Amino acid sequence: MPDTPLARIRNFSIIAHIDHGKSTLADRLIQATGTVTAREMKEQLLDNMELERERGITIKAQTVRLAYKAKDGETYILNLMDTPGHVDFAYEVSRSLAACEGSLLVVDASQGVEAQTLANVYQAIDANHEIVPVLNKIDLPAAEPERVKQQIEDVIGIDASDAVEISAKTGLNIEGVLEAIVTRLPPPTGDAAKTTTALLVDSWYDAYLGVVVLVRVRDGHLRKGQRIRMMSNGAVHTIEQVGVFTPKMIAAESLGPGEMGYVTAAIKTVADTNVGDTITDDRNPAAEALPGFKPSIPVVWCGLYPVDADDFEKLRESVGKLRLNDSSFHYEMETSAALGLGYRCGFLGLLHLEIVQERLSREFDLDLIATAPSVVYKLKRTNGEEFDLHNPADMPDPSVIAEIQEPWIKATIMVPDEYLGPVLTLCNERRGRQVELTYVGTRAMAVYRLPLNEVVFDFYDRLKSLSRGYASFDYQVDGYEAGDLVKISILVNAEPVDALSFMAHRSQADRRGRQICERLKELIPRQLFKIPIQAAIGGRVIARETISAMSKDVTAKCYGGDISRKRKLLDKQKEGKKRMRQFGKVEIPQSAFIAALKMDA
Amino acid sequence: MEPLALYIHWPFCLRKCPYCDFNSHVRERIDQATWRDALRRELAHEAGRVGRRPLASIFFGGGTPSLMEPATAAALIEDARHLFDPLPDLEITLEANPTSVEAGRLAEIRAAGVNRLSLGVQALDGEALRFLGREHSAAEAMAALETGRRIFPRLSFDLIYARPGQPEAAWRDELRRALALAADHLSLYQLTIEPGTRFATEYARGAFALPEPDEAARLYWATVEEAGRFGLAPYEVSNYAQPGAESRHNLAYWRYGDYLGIGPGAHQRLLLGGEMLAARRHRAPEEWLARIARQGHGTVEEEALVPTDRAREALLMGLRLAEGIDPARIAARSGLTLAEAVDPAMLLACIEEGYLEWTETGRLRATDEGRMRLDAMLPVLLR
Ligand SMILES: Nc1nc2c(ncn2[C@@H]2O[C@H](COP(=O)(O)OP(=O)(O)OP(=O)(O)O)[C@@H](O)[C@H]2O)c(=O)[nH]1
Ligand SMILES: C[S@@+](CC[C@H](N)C(=O)[O-])C[C@H]1O[C@@H](n2cnc3c(N)ncnc32)[C@H](O)[C@@H]1O
Ligand code: SF4
Ligand SMILES: [Mg+2]
Repeated sequence: MPDTPLARIRNFSIIAHIDHGKSTLADRLIQATGTVTAREMKEQLLDNMELERERGITIKAQTVRLAYKAKDGETYILNLMDTPGHVDFAYEVSRSLAACEGSLLVVDASQGVEAQTLANVYQAIDANHEIVPVLNKIDLPAAEPERVKQQIEDVIGIDASDAVEISAKTGLNIEGVLEAIVTRLPPPTGDAAKTTTALLVDSWYDAYLGVVVLVRVRDGHLRKGQRIRMMSNGAVHTIEQVGVFTPKMIAAESLGPGEMGYVTAAIKTVADTNVGDTITDDRNPAAEALPGFKPSIPVVWCGLYPVDADDFEKLRESVGKLRLNDSSFHYEMETSAALGLGYRCGFLGLLHLEIVQERLSREFDLDLIATAPSVVYKLKRTNGEEFDLHNPADMPDPSVIAEIQEPWIKATIMVPDEYLGPVLTLCNERRGRQVELTYVGTRAMAVYRLPLNEVVFDFYDRLKSLSRGYASFDYQVDGYEAGDLVKISILVNAEPVDALSFMAHRSQADRRGRQICERLKELIPRQLFKIPIQAAIGGRVIARETISAMSKDVTAKCYGGDISRKRKLLDKQKEGKKRMRQFGKVEIPQSAFIAALKMDA
Repeated sequence: MEPLALYIHWPFCLRKCPYCDFNSHVRERIDQATWRDALRRELAHEAGRVGRRPLASIFFGGGTPSLMEPATAAALIEDARHLFDPLPDLEITLEANPTSVEAGRLAEIRAAGVNRLSLGVQALDGEALRFLGREHSAAEAMAALETGRRIFPRLSFDLIYARPGQPEAAWRDELRRALALAADHLSLYQLTIEPGTRFATEYARGAFALPEPDEAARLYWATVEEAGRFGLAPYEVSNYAQPGAESRHNLAYWRYGDYLGIGPGAHQRLLLGGEMLAARRHRAPEEWLARIARQGHGTVEEEALVPTDRAREALLMGLRLAEGIDPARIAARSGLTLAEAVDPAMLLACIEEGYLEWTETGRLRATDEGRMRLDAMLPVLLR
């Protein structure tokens, strides 16, 4: 396959707020270019993960190569990247943007600009993208294309007079989108004669092919048999296959400058593939790597443990494979007295956490338990030393802590005027500080600074229910601030249960402490001894419950001389104790902790 | 030398009670002569292995041994007296059901040599007897008790309480009426749902509910209190007696003594040549008979228990008794010292909590509070 001339390649991402119709537009583009036969076509074709289809959201960015014969008579190669809209998957968007020269900014013409529209378009502008606004869903009676165009110009500040008005659902004016891609987006640059450089955009594990990497070629070529080198770590591999996505993987001769495609190279070590890395030719390596990606910074951490301790090895392998396909997922090993061996894992948000947990259990058949999510605190000791706290259990004694800083965010909330009151109340309850309050037509745009810790829990759900689903929300991490924060330890029989400890603002401490004590009281079965359950800040108890000793447990009946039966019963009880966790003289079934944590989620 | 206790099992009943998981079977016809011969053969066989020993008690249990021809009991008692050296106060108990048929046999049973009668009264309330699926009425129970008391030097009977919806006041009242009948011994069992019984199926289906543990505990204390007023002390979890009227036979089990078990499904423990031999006979009546015919005994399992198992058995039985255990005896019967048999930290914790205590004579006993929670305490305490 000869190289496609650069002038006839267009690489673009589709970006939008959640549910504004990115994946549906991708469907229409795939269909209009005849890339997939009618028989193979289905809705949101690129959302191929089971979880994406169940939830109707895009989680992973997906690439597909289209061939389009334009009105100018030329055939263009269009590499389309469909991206997720949810803020927790923003890292997928940023990596896609780095691989393209332009973006289609999809805006739902009945809803207008939403929080994620802003977040994503600003990223695209930062990536020097040419942007084509697309007004979708104009088939809806509520669609107001003119008003939305005005809004795009007012709020985002880009020219929307040429916005393409379409209905991705009915297929209206898809041709207009294709022409705009060809005529308004720039072709890639690159040099076939230069030594190979290709950006490693994504990777995943395929049961047949092993590790597969998604690349965007800058200069030179990638072809079968070529020895390539990963510039970040020097790992060398021989290419087994290169190819493109139609969206099925189809092998090709080579990938030339400006092209997107995949490479397999018998890569065994997951650690050898780092997204953002530059792939070059081993014999003729490039002097300088391409600008990579900013590493993603997890904002929420939690512990993940196998329910069955014997599954730890399986978990170890699985997190490695998952990380290959999700570079915004971070993990490090940890041990917990209550839960055994597991991993402390970092995520971009709670939905991300939930999706990862779900993927681990489905794709790797693992039964997992997650500890309460926590944000990353910056601690300063009295001796001046500073460090990051990922796990509340690791918090040193308050007496040696000079200061605790917590992450704050800048949140943008867009909400119809009539729901603004309750939304502002919610923000204030969560220790928020208003930065700005403006109106875009009848929609209010509130910009707030909030402690992330207050948002991590049920903020998003509360926001949605307060506004009947009309509010949209986006945030960026916006520095750290010292706060009156305390670690709340949960003590069972006077011994701390590391998996249950958490950080909270002092003003919330009593309420949260009481809540968890009450919950444990319900969950822990009565034992031979009474069990005090306490929530404490340092040495000070803020809430307490007592599980009283069981009142009666003795075989009433006489079995005569059949002592064997009683002994075997005893043997079984002792066997059952192996699944218990010891707290001084009492033993508590691990299942009680698991249940307590599950109720938190 | 450790005296022997002899248990003889009669595996038949007129009808299977819905709560019962004992080895009892209902048969149209029972060939009394065959059964008499078979039980005698197995007794002779086991006696041959143990040799002559002092004999402290004989217990005819079931099933319903009052359905046995009194001549059978007489023959077995006679054999035992010859095979062993009966102690002068040899206790011979037989379990009887209070139907009129069986009550009519009580004199003959006494004549056969039985000197202690244990009547399965279960309840003094007609409704409760029907719920428990019993064949007898409350009036029949009273009559049988009356006859029993006249004929036998010692009398005990069983009641089942903590029945579904049984109020404490009603139980106290029923129990007082029972205590007024001047038995020297009572077995008072809280109703237990045993797997595989008809009650287990019905209970799982939600047909009835049992008292919650707190309520069961209150009923237990009420029982102890009422029995105490009549001079009956709880010498074991469910057994109450006037001083000296304890069941000597059952004490042999609880003190982890030597006992022979004859008949289908009977269990046996014998310390022979330093080994604790645990044996069990085949449970099915016909199969057991066939084995006797073939080999002279119905043993299906016999094993020498390892010291930890011996210690577990000795303690789980011994701590049921108000008198508790004698550490020296535990060591002698199990081969482990008490310190080796229990977790010392847990022992301490149980003593601190008031569940266990040392007596002045150096015995370790469960307090009332401890005995009530024994099933939860044992797995924590024992190694
Ligand atoms: N009426 C109408 N509905 C549309 C149109 N385009 C998409 N939808 C519907 O909008 C919903 C969301 O569409 P998707 O294509 O999954 O949206 P998305 O932007 O990919 O969503 P995320 O990937 O989760 O951010 C689906 O129910 C679509 O059927 C349109 O032009 N008109
Ligand atoms: C071997 S059984 C009974 C002997 C005799 N056949 C009778 O029914 O009276 C000994 C005693 O155990 C008690 N018992 C049997 N099953 C019981 C159960 N499920 N719950 C409580 N007590 C039970 C009854 O009181 C019974 O009398
Ligand atoms: S009569 Fe006694 S042994 Fe027979 S079934 Fe009823 S409770 Fe069980
Ligand atoms: Mg999508």
